[in-house]
Amino acid sequence: MTAAATRSTAHSIVEASPRTKAFAGGLVILYAVITILPLLWIVATAFKSQSDAIAYPPKVIFEPTLEGYVNLFTVRTRQTPDFIAKLPPPQTWYDQLVRKRDMVIAGPSKVVPRFVNSLIIGFGSTFLAVFLGTLAAYAFSRFRIPLADDLLFFILSTRMMPPVAVAIPIYLMYRQLNLTDTRLGMILLYTAVNVSLAVWLLKGFIDEIPREYEEAALVDGYTRLQALRKVVLPQAVTGIAATAIFCLIFSWNEYAFAVLLTSGEAQTMPPFIPFIIGEGGQDWPAVAAATTLFVVPIVMFTVLLRKHLLRGITFGAVRK
Amino acid sequence: MAQIRIENLRKSFDQFTAVEGSTFTIDDGTFFAMLGPSGCGKTTTLRMIAGLELPTEGKILLDGEDVTFHRAAARDIAFVFQLFALYPHMNVGENIGFPLKCQGMARREIRERVQETARMLRIEHLLSSKTSKLSGGDRQRVALGRAMVRRPKAFLMDEPLGALDAEFRHLMCGELRDLHDRIKATTVYVTHDQLEAMSMADQIAVMNKGRVEQIGTPQEVYDRPASMFVADFIGSPPMNFLRFEGGLRSGDRAVSFHDTRLAVPEIREDRANAPLALGVRPEHIRFADAGAVRGEVFGAEYLGTTQIVTVDTAYGRVAARLPSSASVQIGETIGLEFNAERLALFDVGSGLAIRTANGEGRRHG
Repeated sequence: MTAAATRSTAHSIVEASPRTKAFAGGLVILYAVITILPLLWIVATAFKSQSDAIAYPPKVIFEPTLEGYVNLFTVRTRQTPDFIAKLPPPQTWYDQLVRKRDMVIAGPSKVVPRFVNSLIIGFGSTFLAVFLGTLAAYAFSRFRIPLADDLLFFILSTRMMPPVAVAIPIYLMYRQLNLTDTRLGMILLYTAVNVSLAVWLLKGFIDEIPREYEEAALVDGYTRLQALRKVVLPQAVTGIAATAIFCLIFSWNEYAFAVLLTSGEAQTMPPFIPFIIGEGGQDWPAVAAATTLFVVPIVMFTVLLRKHLLRGITFGAVRK
Repeated sequence: MAQIRIENLRKSFDQFTAVEGSTFTIDDGTFFAMLGPSGCGKTTTLRMIAGLELPTEGKILLDGEDVTFHRAAARDIAFVFQLFALYPHMNVGENIGFPLKCQGMARREIRERVQETARMLRIEHLLSSKTSKLSGGDRQRVALGRAMVRRPKAFLMDEPLGALDAEFRHLMCGELRDLHDRIKATTVYVTHDQLEAMSMADQIAVMNKGRVEQIGTPQEVYDRPASMFVADFIGSPPMNFLRFEGGLRSGDRAVSFHDTRLAVPEIREDRANAPLALGVRPEHIRFADAGAVRGEVFGAEYLGTTQIVTVDTAYGRVAARLPSSASVQIGETIGLEFNAERLALFDVGSGLAIRTANGEGRRHG
């Protein structure tokens, strides 16, 4: 047997053969294409004209336009060409763009307040869930709590059914408490759903931190809360970041409760986006534009915390 | 510096009792070791002294002041952990200065004290290093520095050398003892390693199943064990026990051991017929043809200056420590002679030592 033959047939635990690597690489690329393609399609559609967006066969090459974004951010009325001709000349590029379609801008759309709602409710509930979850997880991890296992199971059990299963009782409850269509109500609801996940995830992370650290701090003069803040939390950053991402993804994307409990004031982006299509027919570019903007914050948040997320997922697998 | 007094200290977790009513005093400036197998309650006792656990019953007094329910931070004691517990997000200097920062000391003063402490431990060159880059020994020094910098009333150490390798442990034993001699701080040192306890401590408390079996100097604990547990736990190989049945009379200098009479230190109490054990340290055995106990050599373990020879006798296997020059054939039948002055007698039922001229002056826990 030649040396080359030996190399290609022998099992190696050190390095994969070039062919294996190529195959693995191909698989990763294929998976990436499958997941990224719809996103790219949405990003591209946002820059198409309405007719290009519904063209069949689909257009890969098209003339880009900002019409979708303009439509997303404005409310427009259709006018006769005579009326438009009588108006003073358009002040801005978007006025011009709209008038070409025989329309005039009547005012801003609701997308900005809806987006702000999403930000406040998403980040607010994430902060609350992680804050409460950290305290609870620390207590479960460090103190002898009577019936700790049962309590933990009880906390987890709130995740055992789809949250929507309790939608009607929650709706009735919220109506009594005047919490329907309020940001506070949505923050509380998403916090309640997320806190169980946060407790479980964070307990795992905090369990991994040797308690000697905070005991040393306790002996050295810190109170329990100071030790938690100055010694435990800096070491739990990874876990907290990972937990925050999971919580944010849930509350950011949540649709069913948002449809049921919000209609005006506190409406978030997920229930708002489908309504965009109603104004002026099949305005897919505007929907795609909204979706693109909707994805941006969570992508940024995840990229910023990416390092922590990766470490967070594999945390505890290898002892340092 | 301080005296630590423990009174009837008891701690139970649910059904399990970790520490059962021990009472003892650790004098000011003593290096006090608590020695015992894992699960004997030594660490729990230490943690109660530190204020990291609250006792179920009993009292802890520091310099006469009852601190049983004081917060850990209010006791002015320092704790050194087995895993060092250096804060990973701080460098060496910040770690050492941390207790002072907790007290709100001025930054300049902290820097001076940290420098002084580092000089004492010879780690000045490491002050700005990351703790993760340090060797085990240096980590230990930093942990000690963090304990020393505050000049606390007492040091509590929980197996501080347990995470080091054997060679280094020996070196650190010397350093620790040297440090103690220089700063003369009351030190409570928990270990399961008898060599550490024997080589460093002024006083050793041997613990078993939550009870203190004996407190004494290393020599007392080794030469005059208060119970079969202590005799068995301390010494390597441990004390040999030769079992027999008989009664004892105060003033006798010999016991009826099966068919013969064996000389023992003068007995100081009367005992009715009961199962007894004769305790013999391996180094107090000689090979002699006239020896009263006979047996067959089973094996020999060469240790450099000495060798451990195992002999099968009618009363069980006996380990003897002989000079390595002695030639021993496996399988040969030999007689064993004991150094009568150094023998111990135990009541097998209770496990406790019987009072003899040899055992005078020891303290039970």
